[in-house]
Amino acid sequence: MAEGENEVRWDGLCSRDSTTRETALENIRQTILRKTEYLRSVKETPHRPSDRLSNTESSDGLNKLLAHLLMLSKRCPFKDVREKSEFILKSIQELGIRIPRPLGQGPSRFIPEKEILQVGSEDAQMHALFADSFAALGRLDNITLVMVFHPQYLESFLKTQHYLLQMDGPLPLHYRHYIGIMAAARHQCSYLVNLHVNDFLHVGGDPKWLNGLENAPQKLQNLGELNKVLAHRPWLITKEHIEGLLKAEEHSWSLAELVHAVVLLTHYHSLASFTFGCGISPEIHCDGGHTFRPPSVSNYCICDITNGNHSVDEMQVNSAENVSVSDSFFEVEALMEKMRQLQECRDEEEASQEEMASRFEIEKRESMFVFSSDDEEVTPARDVSRHFEDTSYGYKDFSRHGMHVPTFRVQDYCWEDHGYSLVNRLYPDVGQLIDEKFHIAYNLTYNTMAMHKDVDTSMLRRAIWNYIHCMFGIRYDDYDYGEINQLLDRSFKVYIKTVVCTPEKVTKRMYDSFWRQFKHSEKVHVNLLLIEARMQAELLYALRAITRYMT
Amino acid sequence: TSALCSLLSFVPPQSPAALGLVPRADRVNSGSHLASLLGLTDSGFSDSMEKMSRVTTALGGSVLTGRTMHCHLDAPANAISVCRDAAQVVVAGRSIFKIYAIEEEQFVEKLNLRVGRKPSLNLSCADVVWHQMDENLLATAATNGVVVTWNLGRPSRNKQDQLFTEHKRTVNKVCFHPTEAHVLLSGSQDGFMKCFDLRRKDSVSTFSGEATEAGQGRWWVMTGWVPVLPVLSCCVLRLHPSFAHGQMRDAECEDVLKTTWLLWRLCVAAPLGTLPSGPLFWATGQSESVRDVQFSIRDYFTFASTFENGNVQLWDIRRPDRCERMFTAHNGPVFCCDWHPEDRGWLATGGRDKMVKVWDMTTHRAKEMHCVQTIASVARVKWRPECRHHLATCSMMVDHNIYVWDVRRPFVPAAMFEEHRDVTTGIAWRHPHDPSFLLSGSKDSSLCQHLFRDASQPVERANPEGLCYGLFGDLAFAAKESLVAAESGRKPYTGDRRHPIFFKRKLDPAEPFAGLASSALSVFETEPGGSAMRWFVDTAERYALAGRPLAELCDHNAKVARELGRNQVAQTWTMLRTIYCSPGLLPTANLSHSVGKGGSCGLQLMNSFNLKDMAPGLGSETRLDRSKGDARSDTVLLDSSATLITNEDNEETEGSDVPADYLLGDVEGEDDELYLLDPEHTHPEEPECVLPQEAFPLRHEIVDTPPGPEHLQDKADSPHVSGSEADVASLAPMDSSFSLLSVSHALYDSRLPPDFFSVLVRDMLHFYAEQGDVQMAVSVLIVLGERVRKDIDEQTQEHWYTSYIDLLQRFRLWNVSNEVVKLSTSRAVSCLNQASTTLHVNCSHCKRPMSSRGWVCDRCHRCASMCAVCHHVVKGLFVWCQGCSHGGHLQHIMKWLEGSSHCPAGCGHLCEYS
Repeated sequence: MAEGENEVRWDGLCSRDSTTRETALENIRQTILRKTEYLRSVKETPHRPSDRLSNTESSDGLNKLLAHLLMLSKRCPFKDVREKSEFILKSIQELGIRIPRPLGQGPSRFIPEKEILQVGSEDAQMHALFADSFAALGRLDNITLVMVFHPQYLESFLKTQHYLLQMDGPLPLHYRHYIGIMAAARHQCSYLVNLHVNDFLHVGGDPKWLNGLENAPQKLQNLGELNKVLAHRPWLITKEHIEGLLKAEEHSWSLAELVHAVVLLTHYHSLASFTFGCGISPEIHCDGGHTFRPPSVSNYCICDITNGNHSVDEMQVNSAENVSVSDSFFEVEALMEKMRQLQECRDEEEASQEEMASRFEIEKRESMFVFSSDDEEVTPARDVSRHFEDTSYGYKDFSRHGMHVPTFRVQDYCWEDHGYSLVNRLYPDVGQLIDEKFHIAYNLTYNTMAMHKDVDTSMLRRAIWNYIHCMFGIRYDDYDYGEINQLLDRSFKVYIKTVVCTPEKVTKRMYDSFWRQFKHSEKVHVNLLLIEARMQAELLYALRAITRYMT
Repeated sequence: TSALCSLLSFVPPQSPAALGLVPRADRVNSGSHLASLLGLTDSGFSDSMEKMSRVTTALGGSVLTGRTMHCHLDAPANAISVCRDAAQVVVAGRSIFKIYAIEEEQFVEKLNLRVGRKPSLNLSCADVVWHQMDENLLATAATNGVVVTWNLGRPSRNKQDQLFTEHKRTVNKVCFHPTEAHVLLSGSQDGFMKCFDLRRKDSVSTFSGEATEAGQGRWWVMTGWVPVLPVLSCCVLRLHPSFAHGQMRDAECEDVLKTTWLLWRLCVAAPLGTLPSGPLFWATGQSESVRDVQFSIRDYFTFASTFENGNVQLWDIRRPDRCERMFTAHNGPVFCCDWHPEDRGWLATGGRDKMVKVWDMTTHRAKEMHCVQTIASVARVKWRPECRHHLATCSMMVDHNIYVWDVRRPFVPAAMFEEHRDVTTGIAWRHPHDPSFLLSGSKDSSLCQHLFRDASQPVERANPEGLCYGLFGDLAFAAKESLVAAESGRKPYTGDRRHPIFFKRKLDPAEPFAGLASSALSVFETEPGGSAMRWFVDTAERYALAGRPLAELCDHNAKVARELGRNQVAQTWTMLRTIYCSPGLLPTANLSHSVGKGGSCGLQLMNSFNLKDMAPGLGSETRLDRSKGDARSDTVLLDSSATLITNEDNEETEGSDVPADYLLGDVEGEDDELYLLDPEHTHPEEPECVLPQEAFPLRHEIVDTPPGPEHLQDKADSPHVSGSEADVASLAPMDSSFSLLSVSHALYDSRLPPDFFSVLVRDMLHFYAEQGDVQMAVSVLIVLGERVRKDIDEQTQEHWYTSYIDLLQRFRLWNVSNEVVKLSTSRAVSCLNQASTTLHVNCSHCKRPMSSRGWVCDRCHRCASMCAVCHHVVKGLFVWCQGCSHGGHLQHIMKWLEGSSHCPAGCGHLCEYS
């Protein structure tokens, strides 16, 4: 049986033309049937030793196909594909083949599945977004499904990501995915690593590189250092780092390539934050996203154990519904009262200059004590450590850091004036896209807070944004850092800090314990703010170093 | 109205009746007060005001002197401003705030305003401005949102006067009223502009960037609209789940919006159950940051403000409730603006989109008068005094120079100052009536005075030349006349004979660059019939470059070349085969094709432009001498066809036709042609002012050093023939001895390693490339692949590839060019295929560009490009009628139109397929 015949082409399914999809699905069905037949025939004939290997191989292949079909039946934005895939699965099952079922509880472990938009019930605009995303990637990933709480942002996010990964750019396609893997691996984000390993192979990347950074070209290895510093201590980036990359003889990067790489790195660092911050579950067709075991065998998934959520039942106990309503209600009330007070008293008394300056320092210093007390050992679900070196290098507090690093003043180097111009100069159009994304994330509001409507949340959003920048040592001259203390309570700060600095340590408990009365969509909104602020902070440091190198 | 009343305290009254009400506790008297006391009307007032200001600021007999100089500051500067006496300059930055006296030879620090034990953020200046009426009055904008005024007249060490802490965010700009002593305007990141009266403790009025333009509601919308039921018949609102609107205060509009939205939710969204959570999806319009504010110099009440979202607003200072006018000036933030000192209503704006635009605000709609494209985002713009069309700019990032532009000449700066080593952050003309002194402060911690006469002038270094192909291969070439005239000996552009037409542009006194712009234009027509490059197209199409064994490829290509009558090329292919494929198998007969008139084909290949190139390429002294001599006779001979370039007279001369085969005639003629039309013929050996190469980049030197005849003699018996043949040809193409050369097969040593020949092959490739036949060079390179690649340096290969691809694309041989790109091994070339393959599609129904990939229009939700015959989406070749814009699958349409002449869509159009 020729292997070529069994090659399944999924790209036809991404078409917007229903007939093309239909024929593609039909082809898939036939291939799968052929494989099934083949497997059955092998089973029936007595085993020969030489056959066993190919037998397991082809059954592996079949399982992969089935998992993919399962994903399609759940996640394809096109109804016809969903129905047909399900039908195929059923018919396979009838042939006596074991079919997979999805594991976990929807796209996010933190957000109950019923809160998340179901594929198939989206409105026209969201459908268009889904279709775009599906057409570009051949899948509708869990990140998209969670982000669709905020379709306006999602649109900009997908556009940027598509441009970074697939459109014209200085770096070859497989490099882009590999850089994505490197960046995600820094945070041990197996979800993103898995996705991009597939993409990397799909665009023709060399599988050998996946065995570790030392198997990749020297040029990419050189990037490892920047990746490491950027992910954990971006304030340490100097123009020497940049120079080292640009002047490495035959392995040197061009400025345009470097900017592309930096944008990719920061994008994936912050996306890793989002993945952990929202508890994104593994994709259905990836490892850990489905099981072939019948439901009775296990009723919880491995990822929950590793995060301290030992079973589905316990998860529900933990969830917000069981917290006394009055408690959390007061939380919201108190927060709103504080915002009102700040709004009013701001005009009356002005803190002295010294006071203002020290408030930033205090906030900075305090941010380092903000750490979750539950230091559970988190083991990455998949061995991703091979994609990066120096595993011991992690986030170290800006203020705790031994040597003195001068505070980064936004008024001297900001995204709007400087960063944008540099990125757009070296990697045209991307500056525009990222700028748009920052703007949308920063300005996004529905004027609601939990059950309250018509609230001006700009103060709260600014506090969150500036708090993150504060953790990276970026200071706004025109901001009173006292506001942060008023508005962000400790559990919220713990969550922010963990998501931004050590995302791999985020647990469901943390997610649940802040802002208990708020909606999930609002918590996702917070996550969007976090990741964009983080991306901007990293970008600012990297771009400033590049600017310094250039002058 | 309270704001208006308070304004009255400094606004000169428009009616004399109000005169008595104006309290005048003036610090410094100025012309304007006099004017206001006289009760002049608005326009007359400003005229006299301007006269007054002239009196007070004119040079008054003392001429400014100085030189280009700079001094080191302790810290990076953010802004500078000049005192009206033109003798002092203030520099402000995050950690610097000093006044320097400008002396003849140097800057002298006069005063450090940054005093106090602990530097406060109030002293971290984003902007500084010196009052143009009062020498003692300064204002700074602090990064923490404080506006500070400074009175130099204070006796104490601390000169700080007043502190305004009304802005919530960084103040980007402060600006004094040009004539009024007490009016200060500030623009901040928080989206507000505030107007301060320095006699009061707080602002007198606040202008919000959010305010609507007079009488016009403003709805800010996001992309991707969903058309919604026309709920209210009067307003056709288009709603979007996530739209933002820009006018919060306008309660009426808000209500309309909410109602519409609710209704929409009830009718459309609720039944579908699509909205994940309940909030109303509207957002407060985020107030956009103010980047610059500038009082109009000529209109007393007017000021302009620029915003981060690209808008420019025009305000009347008496009307804080709404702006007079608003328009979008730039894509992205507008960092700066400046009013023209002379022309009322001219406003220059500079933005992050790297443009400087000049707007005429006097007309009903702001009209873009000029647009200058710079290379980096524009941080500051300042009109040059006394020069109506000049303005100075500096950039925010990357580019450190200061440019002075003539706005009518937007491509080349009139002057350039290159002193700074980091971005320039502040520029100021030293005196409002002296155009020659420019001061600048920079991030590199230095303060500079630039003298205009010391500026470098890029215009002078540029050789204005233009070159353009016509539809039928004609070529037009224009060059600055002075350039041509000054070196009258060089008239080489007459490579192709035909009818060179020269004429001079009439001098137009109204034109700004009459002196510079007069140029000579030459037009070269191609041979009628235009078959000159036929061989090229044929060769390109028929050559086989890959996919077969080397021997076959060589044979095939040799055959192609032979059929096209290019024997030399054919011979080369044959020899390549001999060299690289097992020589034993090769029947000698194959080589017995005489070299023949190979030389002539080599030359035949070249179009006229390459000929010129050949002269420097092959230019050995002797040859030049010879051609010089011959040129004389030829000039006489062909005088009738030669056209003299006459720069002085405006005459259009016409040459008679030269026989078409002239080019292909003998070589003597070829050489001579270079100088043919040159009557003086004084410096033929000077580097020529050549046309840019059509086929490949011009090389100034001969790249290959021919081994020379000695070499040939040394190894006369070795199979060096291919190399030596090339050498001979390059030295004396068409030498009669050429055809006598023949290959001595007998001496061929089959055991020589192929490497042995690589030098020769390399030289051969260079020879072809030099000769203009880059096609041959590239083809051989591809066919031989690894065998020769290592011998030729990467850059040369890249040159050849790009030249050849360029040529192929000129002849629209897209397929061949794509194949070449694919087969190339050079990284730079092979990535050509990955770049810039963007397909822009417009929807055939709504004519809007289709933003998303794919085939469904976002707006009208229909599939674009449907086949009119089978009603499916067309994804491959799409053919459509240019008359009715219907179309479909190529096959379907062809078939349809065989049977019917009407459009398959039934629109009644008579389509034609040809």
